Amino acid sequence: MTDQNSSLSHLDLEAPEKPFLDANELVINMGPQHPATHGVLRVILRLDGEKVLGLECVIGYLHRGVEKIGEHRTYTMFNPYVDRMDYVAAVSNGLGYCETVEKLLNVEAPPRAQYVRVILTELNRIASHQLWLGTHALDIGAITPLFYTFRDREEILKIYEKYCGARLTTHAFRIGGLQYETYAGFEKDVKNFLDFFRPKIDEYEELLTTNRIWVERTKNVGNISAQDCIALGVTGPVLRASGVKWDLRKAQPYANYKNFDFDIPIGQNGDTYDRYLVRMGEMRQSVRILQQAVYAIPEGPIMAKVPKVMKPAVGEVYHSIEAPKGELGYFIVSDGSTQPYRLRVRPPSFVNLQALDVMCRGQLVADVIAVIGTLDIVLGEVDR
Amino acid sequence: MIGQIVRYIQSYLHSDLTPGAAGNMFWALVYIMLVFVGLSVAVIAMNWLERKILAHMQVRLGPMRVGPHGLLQPIADAIKLLLKEDIMPAEADGLIFWVAPFVVVLAAFTVFVVVPFGPTHAITDMNIGILFMLGVSSLSVLGIVMAGWASNSHYPLIGALRSSAQMVSYEVAMGLAVVSAILMTSLNADGTGTLSMIGIVQAQQAQHEWFIFKFFPLGLLAFFIFAVAMVAETNRAPFDLAEAESELTAGFHTEYSGFRWSLFFLAEYSAMIAVSSIAVTLWLGGWLRPFPNLLSNSTWDRVFSLFPGITFLFFAAICFYNTARMPKHPLFRIQTVGLAGFGIVLGLIGLILFIPEVSIRVQDIFWFAAKVAGFMYMYIWYRGTFPRYRFDQLMQMGWKVLLPMGLGVLVLTASVALLQEKLWHP
Repeated sequence: MTDQNSSLSHLDLEAPEKPFLDANELVINMGPQHPATHGVLRVILRLDGEKVLGLECVIGYLHRGVEKIGEHRTYTMFNPYVDRMDYVAAVSNGLGYCETVEKLLNVEAPPRAQYVRVILTELNRIASHQLWLGTHALDIGAITPLFYTFRDREEILKIYEKYCGARLTTHAFRIGGLQYETYAGFEKDVKNFLDFFRPKIDEYEELLTTNRIWVERTKNVGNISAQDCIALGVTGPVLRASGVKWDLRKAQPYANYKNFDFDIPIGQNGDTYDRYLVRMGEMRQSVRILQQAVYAIPEGPIMAKVPKVMKPAVGEVYHSIEAPKGELGYFIVSDGSTQPYRLRVRPPSFVNLQALDVMCRGQLVADVIAVIGTLDIVLGEVDR
Repeated sequence: MIGQIVRYIQSYLHSDLTPGAAGNMFWALVYIMLVFVGLSVAVIAMNWLERKILAHMQVRLGPMRVGPHGLLQPIADAIKLLLKEDIMPAEADGLIFWVAPFVVVLAAFTVFVVVPFGPTHAITDMNIGILFMLGVSSLSVLGIVMAGWASNSHYPLIGALRSSAQMVSYEVAMGLAVVSAILMTSLNADGTGTLSMIGIVQAQQAQHEWFIFKFFPLGLLAFFIFAVAMVAETNRAPFDLAEAESELTAGFHTEYSGFRWSLFFLAEYSAMIAVSSIAVTLWLGGWLRPFPNLLSNSTWDRVFSLFPGITFLFFAAICFYNTARMPKHPLFRIQTVGLAGFGIVLGLIGLILFIPEVSIRVQDIFWFAAKVAGFMYMYIWYRGTFPRYRFDQLMQMGWKVLLPMGLGVLVLTASVALLQEKLWHP
């Protein structure tokens, strides 16, 4: 325990650095209306010239009380609400929630449903990373990648629209499986997308990976060590870029991820450039998973047997999945009624955001923007 | 009396000098008006072109609604900006806030006094022309600092700070690059160099070599240094730190709105044209047509004098092609007619430019404008391709890369010039 405390001591956020030569420090309010804070994040920056002495995040501008709402909705009724948390990865949110309730009910989705779930979730991971890449590059000043990634993300959204009618807040899954059978030509669409998308990753990389300015702007910016990541509870690509090979799809396989063969891309330095490379690698790995899944969808039912009125036994359950942004966990306490007694979400963006101060200390204002982008936060999920 | 005036006006027509140098105030005024109007048109055209070219680089269409293919968009924007409420922050320093945009615009427009569009097509010819241009165009940063300071707001202040830091780290390298080009002007038969913008182009003509190719690769390197520094000088991507949208909302002009803001906009674009014309004058032979050595006989002169007309006819053809592709729907009738009309106007201009008397007079301006347009395209291309440099990296590049490079190029150019003089022409 003492060991852990000492590792956290340098993360003491109460003791800010002093400005150089008694210069007046400048306090800047970045956000909630700011082009690069990804929504309504407010960051109070304390600056010495352009150097960041410390910062404080003010959140809650998008708070809608999703967890409280959960206590007043039945398990089925709450399902669409989770789509509104991380709205760029709505399918992942739905998967996490459905699996948690299934765990609570002790049912398992049939294999066909599992495969379709994996396909849609991995497509969603690609879509989420595309959005991240576009906005991250835009924050650093490269405006063109945004349009390329949005052009290609459109193809994924088209598949969603054909599958369930919605593009963003999909509500694709149901507790116990899927509501909709896949449409005719679903597999073909996914295969076409894979063929279309593989060269596109190279296209993005061509614009950025070896671009001298991009490398200079991202290398050694927002460094965070593996130790700090673990101490702060940071997960997802940010953790993996610091060199920790931790991916819940491998570490605690859920859905049917154990059936697929894929690698976990990791970085070494834990800087913005590594996080960029890790996410690019994840897109390629998602393509690999999709390639295997789309050729192996079994026939069969898409819904397990679940009661019309769900009344799980008294008890509690925690289940987490690897969302595009990190570990997305749901903790549900059941009192035996049709509604959860308590529903708690562990959103990856919220936990990752607390690393912002550590990553930005001593860097410049321009780096704060780069780091906010590289953390890949969605304020809907931070505030819930 | 009237005869005197007419004689006064006509006395200039066959002069070999610029109106300023000839002391002809009437024609100087005419030229000032022409340059001012031409520059305003160029800025409007540049605005539309930047949006369109950038849009096509980014797989989108750009403005399409106001006028055919969005041709009237800049005018609509200008009207919108003029009609907008003019806001001044309550805590702002009123006088400085008011003066700042004018300083920037003044600096950006005044440099055109010495820009040589042709051997006689310039407002005036100063013997310190290039020095005047560099000096006045650097003044714009003063306006930016004033704007940032007077706004009494944090983002503009940081933007202004960045801008001044940027200026000190780039002006030096830029100056060294310019000096090495000026050095080359002294390699004439009479051995006298010049700082006059017209003189620099005439030196390239006399030496039968554009300075970008001179002492290869020294001229090219100097040109490269200048080409990097001039982007930084005009606060354009990838050096647009002072107005970095994603970091400082709008940088130094965050608090400006309406007409004042549009003055900054106008100044930015005319400054781009100004520094491009310095580069064209110093290294790319100014108004001289391409391939003067290879294709040098009078037939080729005739052929090259056709280019202005051909260019306008080409633009007209593009207009007619797109007119034919317009949707055949009553709602598009006005746009279709408008586009065809625009094409006809361009075509008529093209036909007028084929008249030998006109084309002889205009071709200098055409080649100059074509070269500047190439630079403008590069500016847009940079913006579509590069991420933004960070403020410390930019200074690092200015002081640690471009400055030593500029010094090296200058010393080498001087040595080579000296060697050439001593060895080959003793």
